[in-house]
Amino acid sequence: MTKRQLLMKHILLSITLALGLLAGSTQVLASEGGPELPSAGVNLRDQASLQRGARLFFNYCVGCHSLKFQRYSRIAEDLGLTEKEVMDNLDFTGAKFGEPVISHMPEDAAKQWFGKAPPDLSLEVRAKTADWVYGYLNSFYLDPSRPVGWNNTVFPNASMPFPLWELQGVQTAVRKPGSEDVEKLELSRPGRMTPAQYQQAARDLTNFLAYVSEPAALQRHAYGIWVILFLAFFTLLAYALKKEYWKDVH
Amino acid sequence: MANVFTRMGDWVNERAPGMMPAYRKHMTEYYAPKNFNLWYYFGSLALLVLVNQIVTGIFLTMNYKTSAAEAFASVEYIMRDVEWGWLIRYMHSTGASLFFVVVFLHMFRGLMYGSYKKPRELVWLLGMLIFLVLMAEAFMGYVLPWGNMSFWGAKVIISLFGTIPVIGGTLVEWIMGDYLPADATLNRFFALHVIALPLVLLLLVVLHIAALHEVGSNNPDGVEIKKGPKGNRWDALKPADGIPFHPYYTVKDLVGVGFFLLIAAFIIFFAPTFGGWFLEHDNFIPANNLVTPSHIKPVWYFTPFYAILRMIPSFFGTAVWGVLAMFGAIALLFALPWIDAGKVKSVRYRGTGFKVALGLFAASFILLGAVGAGVTAEVIPEWFGDVDVTFWENLFGRLMTLIYFGYFVFLWLYTRRGWETTRPVPERVTTHD
Repeated sequence: MTKRQLLMKHILLSITLALGLLAGSTQVLASEGGPELPSAGVNLRDQASLQRGARLFFNYCVGCHSLKFQRYSRIAEDLGLTEKEVMDNLDFTGAKFGEPVISHMPEDAAKQWFGKAPPDLSLEVRAKTADWVYGYLNSFYLDPSRPVGWNNTVFPNASMPFPLWELQGVQTAVRKPGSEDVEKLELSRPGRMTPAQYQQAARDLTNFLAYVSEPAALQRHAYGIWVILFLAFFTLLAYALKKEYWKDVH
Repeated sequence: MANVFTRMGDWVNERAPGMMPAYRKHMTEYYAPKNFNLWYYFGSLALLVLVNQIVTGIFLTMNYKTSAAEAFASVEYIMRDVEWGWLIRYMHSTGASLFFVVVFLHMFRGLMYGSYKKPRELVWLLGMLIFLVLMAEAFMGYVLPWGNMSFWGAKVIISLFGTIPVIGGTLVEWIMGDYLPADATLNRFFALHVIALPLVLLLLVVLHIAALHEVGSNNPDGVEIKKGPKGNRWDALKPADGIPFHPYYTVKDLVGVGFFLLIAAFIIFFAPTFGGWFLEHDNFIPANNLVTPSHIKPVWYFTPFYAILRMIPSFFGTAVWGVLAMFGAIALLFALPWIDAGKVKSVRYRGTGFKVALGLFAASFILLGAVGAGVTAEVIPEWFGDVDVTFWENLFGRLMTLIYFGYFVFLWLYTRRGWETTRPVPERVTTHD
């Protein structure tokens, strides 16, 4: 092998190794415990989906859940909305445009009602992964044995009632014969949406929460490609410089 | 203009006549072997990452709040509201992991080419001290965001000192300044992470390089170029196989830097959590002493040592053996120059036994990492179905621990009992760019 081929071999090997590690490791960590989760298919470039997700969040979730690290103004900036659109359609808490999203749910009362204060969702997707959130939103079922009447297969014995039931409808559990284990969920009463429509809605909501968990991701992706291109050019130049200098090493 | 610079140079030289000779000694007249290969990039890359950690660290401290009540939110403030804060933070967090990638490869290079052997024992010892301080530095830095894994990681690691007989319990409280990792712990870790340990680290790095430049660099052939023929194009008295560090290796390292930054940028911009390996899912939940994460484990770079800790059972009513084994795993590396009595340095000319042992040692280290990170607990039921996971994980982990420690025992016997058949080492370095 010539020197150049050797170098190319080194470079290719390193890239393959890094990518392989990345792909492999993501899979191992994402599958930690619990049932197999379908992919949430997060796509932060789909601004329409993020806007629909925001609308769902502010209609169904903000009553109990805060996004204490997310400002209304940032939502407008990142989701392509005007100040007026955000204040009229999303800001139901009476907060100023530059303020973060804080639910009006009183924490002490919430603890009494649900046994646990509803968590802040600013970082939910980063803490639990998008697939988990998407799976969770699809896995509520009627369970009269629970205090609020709902249970969830992704997060068993969650203390949260299911506000999206009017969209999805009501699911009930089909148990494995002779066991308490849930085999699958069945839609026993349809909601306002078809199953396909509801899955899209759950996807939009997950997408929005994924955005909220890291608004910088939009910037990362935008700048990243230029940084990589610059560095590739720089490395090439450095390589040419090195070759020139090393010509006289025998 | 040129005249102004010359005069400024003269002005400085008159007042600090030792500066240019020092520059020449360490840069333009430091003769490094001309046959460095891929493995010789990682020293300069480690230095680059160190500078990155210091610079990004300075900017992080401008907005980070050292308080158990505010730390977590201040990190999110950096991620969301500070201009370019997300980039600075990801450069720091990715830098931490890549620091260990680079340092592990740098150390493995030393093992392969016998760079720890006479006359470079001091270089090796200083390097090992750097590694030790780096681990303390990384551990304390990991605690600062005050996520739930920060909290529980700190609790588990600090409680290791509790296994020391008699004084253990008191020592743990003394380290934490409380009965749990708390505000006092966070504040002292901050002080150590941003002032004390970086100062020690910088001093050690200077000594490491100074010690190296006294004896000169080793190379992939393990040939002492200082003992070889004299006379190169620049100096009739210097090694024939040496080339000036500057400009030859500065421009060569620049290629390594470019390539390394490409990988780093890919992670920073497109996979900053690296699938939960560099920034863990549970650390996006604020510290909570009532909620234990489902798997408490250290960050990936500690997992091999953590696995050794877990694999050693407690007996005689104490768990101190695992802690001893974990620290012993590092202590043995310190002692490597005196364990390995082989005269030949480079793996290229050493016996087959050494090659096999080194390969097994490297594999055991990586696989111990997999055990410590919980990969085996995940993979065993997936590959082998309904089996006793703990039993098989312990069996596998203990086998790997045995191989890790076995390397040192083997090396001791192999090089002292005359079991090693080496190949003749060439007079001069063989290959080069």
